[in-house]
Amino acid sequence: MSTLVIVEHDNKVMQASTRNVLTAALQLDNKPVLLVVGFECQAVAEQAAALAGVHSVWHVDNSCYQHQLPENVSQLVVSIASSFDAIVAASSTYGKNLLPRIAAKLDVAQVSDVIRIINQDTFEHPIYAGNALETVQVLDEKKVLTIRATAFNATTSAQEPCCIERIDTVFTQTKSVFIRHELSRSERPDLANAKIVVSGGRGLQSAEKFKIIEELADVLGAAVGASRAAVDAGFVPNDYQVGQTGKVVAPLLYIAVGISGAVQHLAGMKDSKVIVAINKDEDAPIFQIANYGLVGDLFVLIPQLIEQLKNDK
Amino acid sequence: MKILVAVKRVIDPYVKVRVKSDHTGVETQHIKMAMNPFDEIAVEEALRWREKNLATEVVLVTIGSDASQETLRHGMALGADRAILVRSEDALCSLNVAKILQKIVASEQPTIVMMGKQSIDSDNNQTPQMLAALLDWPQATYASTITLNGEHLQIVREIDGGLETLEIQLPAVISTDLRLNEPRYASLPNIMKAKRKPLDIIELATLGVSLKQHIKVLTVNAPAVRSGGIKVHSVQELVDKLQHEAKVL
Repeated sequence: MSTLVIVEHDNKVMQASTRNVLTAALQLDNKPVLLVVGFECQAVAEQAAALAGVHSVWHVDNSCYQHQLPENVSQLVVSIASSFDAIVAASSTYGKNLLPRIAAKLDVAQVSDVIRIINQDTFEHPIYAGNALETVQVLDEKKVLTIRATAFNATTSAQEPCCIERIDTVFTQTKSVFIRHELSRSERPDLANAKIVVSGGRGLQSAEKFKIIEELADVLGAAVGASRAAVDAGFVPNDYQVGQTGKVVAPLLYIAVGISGAVQHLAGMKDSKVIVAINKDEDAPIFQIANYGLVGDLFVLIPQLIEQLKNDK
Repeated sequence: MKILVAVKRVIDPYVKVRVKSDHTGVETQHIKMAMNPFDEIAVEEALRWREKNLATEVVLVTIGSDASQETLRHGMALGADRAILVRSEDALCSLNVAKILQKIVASEQPTIVMMGKQSIDSDNNQTPQMLAALLDWPQATYASTITLNGEHLQIVREIDGGLETLEIQLPAVISTDLRLNEPRYASLPNIMKAKRKPLDIIELATLGVSLKQHIKVLTVNAPAVRSGGIKVHSVQELVDKLQHEAKVL
């Protein structure tokens, strides 16, 4: 079952989730092809070619793909789709924006957030914010899937780089024009791939007081997340949000501070290996799923925790 | 400018969802239903455009059983001018929903189609993008700010790394994200008024759209339950447990 993996990148660096999506693709096909489409993105093609198990990389490089807008990237993928039985990408905002457009142009269904590949046409994915898991069989010949990266291990081993084939198909479009990005820059690990995540909620009270979460994260070398309540209140930017409609994370350790544990938040973190909850309300739902709960005033406890971790170093 | 807003009736977001014992789906009998919260944001945005005289008419559309009339009445109580129900008892995949909406777009000729970025039941996040593909219109998903700029829309989108600003041509499909606006509540007089607003019912079979089954649901299961852990009584105990019991520090 020949499988195409659409690689997410910023023209310089391949997204880490590509490694997880590749693991999923290898369950469908032992010779997956990775598509790198962008502008001046040769470095990304080379990174992709060195991932163990990749059969070949198709590299499409043109200024019209610089911002990888779905209007023409979908046309490009549709133009090469006849070579493949399955087209997959990460279920990030990039993948979720692009793949439905491709599927509709191919007149086939799309399955979102695949967490398990049962066989070549049957997949499991969460619905209702992860409160139910649905197993679906795709009746179309071509499968178009977004893959939930946290449900598959990352392919970490390397190989002698496979061949990179250059494709020069150009689809220009003027319906949608990129203006600018305002991206959060941080020295901290990426939220989606961090081993430890520290998240803050409404209990932090203000953007100023939220800094205590960042301080704790820095002592632990952790990424910083937030509940929807904290984002809506303007404590932190939107891309910090963990939950049903934000990012889904599954780190080794997730520390939820001042987060009550709404279903929408739990959907984004309940697959973490170890969960710690710190909250003043002992009846907060977050304690029902936490391995370790600590009841108390976070503004007293977090400075203590920071102090203790510093002393242990 | 006419704005068409597609809405969906879903289980109320504050209801605890339970998987049916026969694993065919989730319990919906005698369960409180509501308009998909993301769609409510789309309705609110369209209404604000009309109030600012950027739009002249806000039309709602949904696909579903007669019970979905309630969702449309709610949208008209918020302020939408009229509504269309495409009546169907079938569970439809996103592609089939997009094909039905494409037909409605052909007859209604809106300049903008808006809807929530995902419905909180299936969580698919597909229909707006699929509709844009079928219409060959540009798409602006996960919108958190929308500004009309002559013949173009300037849209700020919420993406994984932060925000992205696009300028797109009209007509266009927009999917709305959480922080676009805060939806209003319906007032009692408006709820009464909504009962007299026009609600057209179209049988799916008469719409002349050819649909086939693309996806078959085999089973629906409850996820593994995470067992609750223990309460620790001090920061010291917590750090000790994380180091020596969980071994994650």
